[in-house]
Amino acid sequence: MKNAFFPGCSLKTPARGFEETAISCARVLDLELIEIPRWNCCGTVYSLTTDDLMHHLAPIRNLIRAQKMAASGAVDDQRLVTLCSMCYNTLKRSSFLVKENPDKLKVINDFMDEEESYSAKVEVVHFLQLMREIGFRQLESKVKKPLRNLRVSPYYGCMLLRPRELAIDDPEDPKVLEDLLAALGAHVVDNPLKVRCCGSYLTANRKQTVADLAHDILTHAVSEGADALAVSCPLCAFNLDARQAEVKNLHPSFEFVPIFYFTQLMALAFGLNPEQFGFDTHTVDPRKLLKEKGLLDGE
Amino acid sequence: MRLRISPGASRFTDRVAELSGENLRACYQCGECSSGCPLASEMDLLPSTIIRLVQLGQEEVLDSKTIWVCSSCLTCAVRCPQQIDVAKVMEALRQLNLRKNIDRIRIEEIPLDERRRLPQIAMISSFRKQTA
Repeated sequence: MKNAFFPGCSLKTPARGFEETAISCARVLDLELIEIPRWNCCGTVYSLTTDDLMHHLAPIRNLIRAQKMAASGAVDDQRLVTLCSMCYNTLKRSSFLVKENPDKLKVINDFMDEEESYSAKVEVVHFLQLMREIGFRQLESKVKKPLRNLRVSPYYGCMLLRPRELAIDDPEDPKVLEDLLAALGAHVVDNPLKVRCCGSYLTANRKQTVADLAHDILTHAVSEGADALAVSCPLCAFNLDARQAEVKNLHPSFEFVPIFYFTQLMALAFGLNPEQFGFDTHTVDPRKLLKEKGLLDGE
Repeated sequence: MRLRISPGASRFTDRVAELSGENLRACYQCGECSSGCPLASEMDLLPSTIIRLVQLGQEEVLDSKTIWVCSSCLTCAVRCPQQIDVAKVMEALRQLNLRKNIDRIRIEEIPLDERRRLPQIAMISSFRKQTA
């Protein structure tokens, strides 16, 4: 199966381990993720005002790339796969907006006269939805190194679950990450704050606020017994991982806890080459924990 | 805060309703949005208070800290029993400020070490939300 894939900016820079492990794990599952050509920024946040069409141009341009790829036969369907939660949200909401509002789609198509028209048929999907479609039994059958003894707490954040119409799972009580982690052999630890906001973009000018939110989310997970958290959003990853330095300043007794992208844990369980995991980009290095648990070789 | 219906109230209320696309008059002040808001403790006015003041046409809400503390996490939006997307109302209020060409975040105000450290996803989203 070949699918069009939208990486987005973070997956080429601080979150490169997220992209590389996802592509490798997909291959193990006979899925080929093909990066769409000439992609541009998704805009990161969906524009919420009714009269603002300008900010939907960037996402729609990306959907046109996916549409072209499907038409050329380079991929097997009209879906566009995303990994970053913010890209998923922005692209998906824009795709809904123009599907439901042909008048807005016409304005956008007329404005972008250098592009072919968007026909509103591309379906934006998240990688986790593909995993659920393939089936967690199938995932389990590819596991070479079960993540036994690793106690992982899933963290969904906002953009995979809200608004309701694009939620990849129940917005209040999601299960897909739990099911995935269980298939990898991990011990799943529930966190009552798994759908609580990490503070998102407030991290740029209200970092204390974000540190407070991160502290709550992390300490709830740890008090439930978690060794680490699993995320799907590079901004959540920054706020929960890099901002632990600020959390430690506010709460000196706080102990650092590693943050993984869920695909890094998949790659680990599938026995893939740790070179591509990108652990060197993490603030809290997860390698010490993995060695303690016998999941990573080395001293 | 003393409550009063401002002169020209419906004009402001209608403008916010138009920009947000939300039916503000459906709110009956149950407080679900405020009780579930992860950032309520940082706000000067609770989300449900903002809605009430907009219903009454009180333009002072444009000066509240609340609208800049809202992170658009949409928790209120999925929980409102009247299907009001409060995050869209917050965005409309932010936009009414920003469209006067007043930015709420300036690159010079972010320390250099933070600028080096912040990933582009944080920079782009915060500037998209807080600049004109």
